Amino acid sequence: MALNRRNRKASRLGDAVFSRLSLVASLAIIFILVNILVILIMQAWPTLSEFGASFLWTSDWNTMTDEYGALPAIYGTVVSSLLAILIAVPVSFGAAVFLTEIAPLWLRSTASFIIEMLAAIPSIIIGMWGVFVLVPIVRDPIQKWLGNAFGWMPIFQGNQLGFGFLAAGIMLALMIIPIITSMSRDVLRAVPQSQREAMLALGATRWETISKAVLPFGRSGLVSAVILGLGRALGETMVVAMVIGNVYSIRFSLFSPGSTIPSKIAGEFGETLPGTLQMSSLLGLALILFAITLIVNIIARLLVWRMSAVKMGRL
Amino acid sequence: MDTCPQTENAQGQNPNGNHILITKNLNAYYGSFLAVRDVNMAIAPNSITAIIGPSGCGKSTLIRCFNRMHEVAHGARVTGQLLLDGEDIYGTGIDPVSVRTRIGMVFQKPNPFPTMSVIDNVVAGLKLSRIWSRRRKMEEIAERCLRQAALWDEVKDKLKQSGTSLSGGQQQRLCIARALAVKPEVILMDEPCSALDPIATLKIEDLMHTLAKDFTIVIVTHNMQQAGRVSDATAFMMMGDDRAGQLVEYGATKQIFTNPKDKRTEDYISGLFG
Ligand SMILES: Nc1ncnc2c1ncn2[C@@H]1O[C@H](COP(=O)(O)OP(=O)(O)OP(=O)(O)O)[C@@H](O)[C@H]1O
Ligand SMILES: [Mg+2]
Repeated sequence: MALNRRNRKASRLGDAVFSRLSLVASLAIIFILVNILVILIMQAWPTLSEFGASFLWTSDWNTMTDEYGALPAIYGTVVSSLLAILIAVPVSFGAAVFLTEIAPLWLRSTASFIIEMLAAIPSIIIGMWGVFVLVPIVRDPIQKWLGNAFGWMPIFQGNQLGFGFLAAGIMLALMIIPIITSMSRDVLRAVPQSQREAMLALGATRWETISKAVLPFGRSGLVSAVILGLGRALGETMVVAMVIGNVYSIRFSLFSPGSTIPSKIAGEFGETLPGTLQMSSLLGLALILFAITLIVNIIARLLVWRMSAVKMGRL
Repeated sequence: MDTCPQTENAQGQNPNGNHILITKNLNAYYGSFLAVRDVNMAIAPNSITAIIGPSGCGKSTLIRCFNRMHEVAHGARVTGQLLLDGEDIYGTGIDPVSVRTRIGMVFQKPNPFPTMSVIDNVVAGLKLSRIWSRRRKMEEIAERCLRQAALWDEVKDKLKQSGTSLSGGQQQRLCIARALAVKPEVILMDEPCSALDPIATLKIEDLMHTLAKDFTIVIVTHNMQQAGRVSDATAFMMMGDDRAGQLVEYGATKQIFTNPKDKRTEDYISGLFG
């Protein structure tokens, strides 16, 4: 009895310590987040007061005249990330479905392991591979073929350089496919077998079971997986900087070179003097990236929240 | 309830009689493990057959062989024959998908589709077979099945809500309605009431009696009173010395409960083990 009581006291003490610790940790995280935001705003202030909101939609980046606009970087970031998502999502979902629903058991763990290994390769190495292997492939045959077959579309026109949005999008897709795949695989694996059996017992084929029972059940998790990949693509720096061509202009062709927010910052940060308007503009770009990722994540939260509300009963 | 005349010959010794389901030397394996051995039984149409027996004796395995759900598990396979209206569902070239539209199943835990509304849950199976379908027609069918499943009055104001917003007993009846919608000939139920309270259980038992007018029902149950209350015929299974489940005795429920032929059945019925 006495022993019992002491144990409970100890565990209560443990509870108290643990809850304090987690409180401190979460406060620290909030503090750091707010701090980043404040520093960004402070540093970007000269640019914000100089150009105001027009910083968002002008396209200059002129160190001579000291005129700066963010639009080409925003455009490049959005285009390359969306392209990456467009490529990565079908591949990742397909792989995840294959790994959870179709592949024989022995293959599942092996293939999952390989995919996770891919995710562990440092991005600088993937970037080098991109420059030496992927960019030439993008130039010929991919751009050649797209130019021939779909050259009437503005997005597939122009010089076939290899370097550019298309290469950046493909590289980013390769980088986020492992994350989206392994996360959606976990999501699909968590779908109860009873859901599959319910569909099968109604006379569904395997594919109908996947598309009508498994994927819908996991949809909020799948959305999270895509957003996680999108967040990674938005912020990815080195790989993009190495293959996008780093031209600061807005062109509609996916073949043309461009810049993204992270690649612009990474490219110029080291050569920019502190206290200049140029430096402030780079931080302005960072602030915009921060805002974009924040908005993406809020939208994702809302989506997931709505979808899990469905699971709880409301439709 | 009195035994139906059809179940007088539900013994399996009379393959020429009027039987909708006949198993012949049915064995079920998980990998190399023989889970169910050599089951021979014949089930009369529009009857309710209860499968009883101690836990782990292979009741679920057996009933899942009836609509080819057993083979969904990894490494699971079946040998022997199962005749549905005289046609072997394990015959070569038989598509398990088509078998499952003729033999429906209700599971132990209610498993409605959470992302579908009540209506969509009911017609989920129908939508599979139709390339396109009129919304109105679907709603009519859904209403009919929900009425058949004695659920309509309780959910008619919640048709657009998620299937999982219902109570456990309502969810189970929703699953029954969903199974009815595909118009199967046989409905298999694996402990359909084990997750439900006594009142919801009684509702489902009542429902089974009405359903037996149109369907043939096979139910696995742990609850011997339930088997006695609802079924016309009863199959008693037990694990043999080799851990393979086997059919010990199969006959009219009245006979099994009042005058079992096998000593083991008698012991189980009188509560000596299990
Ligand atoms: N997926 C599986 N893989 C391997 N063995 C299994 C599997 N499912 C069941 N078994 C085994 O098959 C035997 C029969 O199991 P089954 O689930 O059919 O029993 P049951 O009579 O339905 O039991 P309960 O009354 O507890 O539901 C058991 O020995 C069990 O361990
Ligand atoms: Mg069972």
